[in-house]
Amino acid sequence: MIKLKTPISEADIRKLKVGDQVLLSGIIVTARDAAHKLMYEDRPTFIDEYLKDGAIYHCGPVVSQDSSSGEWSFISSGPTTSAREEPYQAKVIEDYKVRAVIGKGGMGDKTCKGLMHTGAVYLHAVGGAGALTAERVKKVLTVFKLEEFGSPEAFWVIEVEDFPCVVTMDSHGGSLHKEIADKSYEKMKLLIG
Amino acid sequence: MALTSQILELIRISSTDLPADVENAIQEATKREEVGSSAATVLQTIEENIKLARKETTAMCQDTGSLVFYIDYPECGNERIYRESILDAVREATNLKYLRPNTVEPLSGKNSGDNIGRNAPYLHFHQWDKDYVRIRFMQKGGGCENCGAQYRLPDSTLNAGRDIKGVRKAIIDAVFQAQGQGCAPAILGISIGGDRAVSYTYAKEQLFRKIGERNPDKEIAEFEVELCKELNTMGIGPMGFGGKTTILDVLVGIQPRHPASFFVSISYMCWACRRRTLTIKGNEVEYD
Repeated sequence: MIKLKTPISEADIRKLKVGDQVLLSGIIVTARDAAHKLMYEDRPTFIDEYLKDGAIYHCGPVVSQDSSSGEWSFISSGPTTSAREEPYQAKVIEDYKVRAVIGKGGMGDKTCKGLMHTGAVYLHAVGGAGALTAERVKKVLTVFKLEEFGSPEAFWVIEVEDFPCVVTMDSHGGSLHKEIADKSYEKMKLLIG
Repeated sequence: MALTSQILELIRISSTDLPADVENAIQEATKREEVGSSAATVLQTIEENIKLARKETTAMCQDTGSLVFYIDYPECGNERIYRESILDAVREATNLKYLRPNTVEPLSGKNSGDNIGRNAPYLHFHQWDKDYVRIRFMQKGGGCENCGAQYRLPDSTLNAGRDIKGVRKAIIDAVFQAQGQGCAPAILGISIGGDRAVSYTYAKEQLFRKIGERNPDKEIAEFEVELCKELNTMGIGPMGFGGKTTILDVLVGIQPRHPASFFVSISYMCWACRRRTLTIKGNEVEYD
């Protein structure tokens, strides 16, 4: 088990290989469909300080706000399907110098090249395990675009501790997803002839 | 009021407490995987998450899905009362965080905040001859819904004809296309026949069947069992990490088709198969 803490250096990222199990701590930012479209098209700067050498988490959490203190907390927060961000991801990683993308289901060739180019990895969390992952979210620091995007799509800046994930795409072109897709394609050919 | 709180309880149970048949199937799958493999680790994490969500009454998955209700009610029933009670219960369930606000205007992206909008939740009303009310509820996650597919046979790319062999090829292709993106291990609801809309609807309705609940037609029942075994040889595995369990069960429904059409629809359901039934018979209230 490898422990990582944001901000992460490029050198530490380059050491990671597909199959490595990682416990991630520090500040990470949730961003999904609306957020990626915005970062790709407009390149806003309000999120720069949190993303540089940091991590993007593909997640739309269930959140709760304390009525007296106004503080937010995460109730359920597993990963969402990453493939939808494929058109945007490589550019976002490069523009913001992101070191890790956390999600589920893996991403395609364009992102794979982006990870190699910038020096970043794709970390897979367990899809659907929302209750369990919320336990690793220690604090909600701030939120952007909550009104405009709604709670699932907002940029939530959170602090996590020992957030469990597996490297399924590394910065050397390795991808577990490509490997499984190729193998299952062969099996499919056997089945359907 | 009573009805609203009964429906609220239905939503609470659904979102936080995975049905026993699905949990058992996941436990069986864990035993099949090699100790220490990624597949086994993923399944153990899922099992832990299921237990935690139940214990803490929290949504097991943050994607609490699109909300689908099937309401069967007796002759003396009144649709309006069910509709209003369901909408009130959904609003309250969203306040209580059993549900994430998941209802978004398609073009502006504006979230209604309370899970209410046109066809949201989706309500199917059906008046029946029985003297009790049955409300079936399903939460369909977005990631797995995106893995659904519809094929029009014959399909020349797959070399799939208008027969059960063609249907088999279409389903195998859909599972290959989905890879790990719909949170495998999954349950497949399949419809053979119908027009495009009815085909998709009927495929999804199959997902109310329990795991192992076979189609009454013997041949179709055998097809379900055999195909499930074959799909699990593909090695996609839990979350697409590789492994022996990609599919927990295949549930096929058949309905007539137009002579010119032959649709096969696949509704892909993630492991977090949240569906529950509320039955109200006089003062007896039952949740399953």
